Amino acid sequence: MSMLEVQNIHTYYDNIHALKGISLNVNEGEIVTLIGANGAGKSTTLKTISGLTKPREGAVRLHGNPLHTLPAHKIVEQGIIMVPEGRRVFGVLTVSENLEMGAFARNDKQAIAQDLEKVYSLFPRLKERRNQLAGTLSGGEQQMLATGRGLMGRPRVLLLDEPSMGLAPVLVDLIFDTIQQLHKQGTTILLVEQNARMALQVADRGYVLQSGEIVLSDSAENLRANESVQKAYLGIS
Amino acid sequence: MVETFDKRDVISEVISLGATVLLLTVLSTAYLATRGQDKNGVAWMFAGSALAGLLSGIVLALFVLTTTLIDMRGVFINVKPSLISLLTLKQENLTLGIVYLIGTSTVTGLVGAVLYRTPGRVRQALLIAFLCVLTLGVMQELLRVTFSNIGFLAQLIKSLYEKNGLSVIGAAGIFIVTFTLTLVWSFAQSPVQARIAGLSSRGQFILKSSVFLLLFAALFFIPKALDNIYIGEVLANVGLFILMGLGLNIVVGFAGLLDLGYVAFFAIGAYTVGVLTSPERGGTLNFWEALPFAIAIAVLFGFILGIPVLKIRGDYLAIVTMGFGEIIRILVLSDFLRPWLGGAGGIVGIPKAEILGFQFAGPIEIYYIILIGIFIVVFLAIRLKDSRLGRAWMAIREDEDVAQAMGINLVWTKLIAFAIGASFAGISGAIFATKLSTIYPQSFKFDVSINVLALLILGGMGSIPGVIIGALMVVGLPELFREFEDFRFLVYGAALVVMMQLRPEGLWPETLHMRELHHEHAPPEPASTDSIPAN
Repeated sequence: MSMLEVQNIHTYYDNIHALKGISLNVNEGEIVTLIGANGAGKSTTLKTISGLTKPREGAVRLHGNPLHTLPAHKIVEQGIIMVPEGRRVFGVLTVSENLEMGAFARNDKQAIAQDLEKVYSLFPRLKERRNQLAGTLSGGEQQMLATGRGLMGRPRVLLLDEPSMGLAPVLVDLIFDTIQQLHKQGTTILLVEQNARMALQVADRGYVLQSGEIVLSDSAENLRANESVQKAYLGIS
Repeated sequence: MVETFDKRDVISEVISLGATVLLLTVLSTAYLATRGQDKNGVAWMFAGSALAGLLSGIVLALFVLTTTLIDMRGVFINVKPSLISLLTLKQENLTLGIVYLIGTSTVTGLVGAVLYRTPGRVRQALLIAFLCVLTLGVMQELLRVTFSNIGFLAQLIKSLYEKNGLSVIGAAGIFIVTFTLTLVWSFAQSPVQARIAGLSSRGQFILKSSVFLLLFAALFFIPKALDNIYIGEVLANVGLFILMGLGLNIVVGFAGLLDLGYVAFFAIGAYTVGVLTSPERGGTLNFWEALPFAIAIAVLFGFILGIPVLKIRGDYLAIVTMGFGEIIRILVLSDFLRPWLGGAGGIVGIPKAEILGFQFAGPIEIYYIILIGIFIVVFLAIRLKDSRLGRAWMAIREDEDVAQAMGINLVWTKLIAFAIGASFAGISGAIFATKLSTIYPQSFKFDVSINVLALLILGGMGSIPGVIIGALMVVGLPELFREFEDFRFLVYGAALVVMMQLRPEGLWPETLHMRELHHEHAPPEPASTDSIPAN
């Protein structure tokens, strides 16, 4: 059985039918990517999994236990951690304070301290700037911080929403390197990206989303080779 | 207005408050005109400031001349002979007066330039010394009454003042003493701070606790020693606003939930005590028995307000809470609840608080209840701020969505902020009821909410010492300057505008807000690294 299972979810924003029966699953240790155009419902899918919006129909399960019935903060306690789109670090807090906020739902002090060191070794740049205000970091550093903050919650599944958004190409490479590194360490990741090319390079499997529906799902390799994906998302004609 | 300002001499027979304000305006104009002009050379700068002074003088002179030609009093009721007399520096002859006015303005303009050229430390010391003279000059009556019980102070005050304002010697003395002290402190400040920072943690603890004890002793003994009902009254009012401020600080300052109906909880606390204790309303409890009910009911209403506004943010939240405040006031005023709450007639005959036969009757006795209340509430507020809950509040204030993604229970965190905030206002309201013995709906109008919010902004949002400073400024100062009561809102408005320009973070800001508004104080960022990958 898959670790995270999303079963036929329908999510609405008032009367707008945003997700029309999305089903997907993520196995332990996998990187799964959701690709699609603007407004296809990628972020909504992540929000529905993390409980920020509630599905009207369908179910989300972690190891078979329902998540969609829990409030958002309980879902975080279950280890579903989302790194929101656009980074959104706490600008008035320092880097280390931001990371500590990431561990808010936990109370195992020693393990938190260990995880902090882990994050610092993953992002040495954050360690250099641990006493600097997050608001004064560059975009790339803020993304590292947002990711690190997510990791501080000890994710069983890490939901990354557009980590490459608005970053210079060299930083996009860096972020994807980090994602691969996390993958090697065994972190399970559900990655939402507009940069389909990069996403399909690091992912094991992928789903293609179009107007709230999944139109294609396959291994990343096959998706890269798929003609219509190439046309629509990879810019190859 | 002109008469009030003109009648009051800062220095007896030498300069009136009106003249001081006039010269101060010219001085600041010249000072601002001079700012940034010294790059063109000193001569230019002096010429510029003299010109600024001269122009101010000419504008005023033209105004004086106009008034002699046209009667403007139909529109500007304050254009009276007293104003003209003030502007022409009390000269009988108009021409001579105008020459004096222009001359004085030009000289004042030059003083502005001199002030600009003086080193920062000296300028600051001059400014503080001047403000001290000005404040003390205006506070003559108050000081005389306040310290009449304490022999040597009464003597000192007598020697400083003449019948209307400070004596020349007194003013000079105050000026020299404050100037010297400020100047010395400006040099000693950093070494002293370094010494304190260098102390062991034990030493720092001893220092802090002794300062705290001294402060407590001062707050405890001084009102008793003064034994002045007026001062007691002022302090008690300030104290009630501090209690409310600490509560609203949790809601607005910590959790970032803008509440404009905060007076509702103050009213609920007061009316609970009224209903439960006033024999007229069939109340049988004493103050201390009713107090827990007042707190509990305020908390309950905190939750009741909280539930419908959970999903509302920002400006919308402000409007909804404002509505809540009005609803409570109108309910209290209503005929429907008249049998219980007394309608417009309010509740009378609320008994005084009592402990073992000692009655807290006068404002000074009530002040002690408030003082103890403040100490407890400050302690709670500090503990809450550093707690897990405090961090959750900070997170929802900064970014509600991210806070939720961090595992913070939004519903509970917001409700508890409203409830704790309400409880502090409930305590304040309860004491207010027993202090006055009578409560009317008119005491719980919208302007109370605004005053509490203003004191938070003035003191520094989210800052606990800021609440105390803010309450002293917003509630205490106007009480002390009763003489100028009519212009309270004029001064108040001006003070807020100046404040937001010079110190937008408040008088005693909270560190987080200081960081936000003064990014330049953040540790410098090493040269651009975006182009270089981490390894």
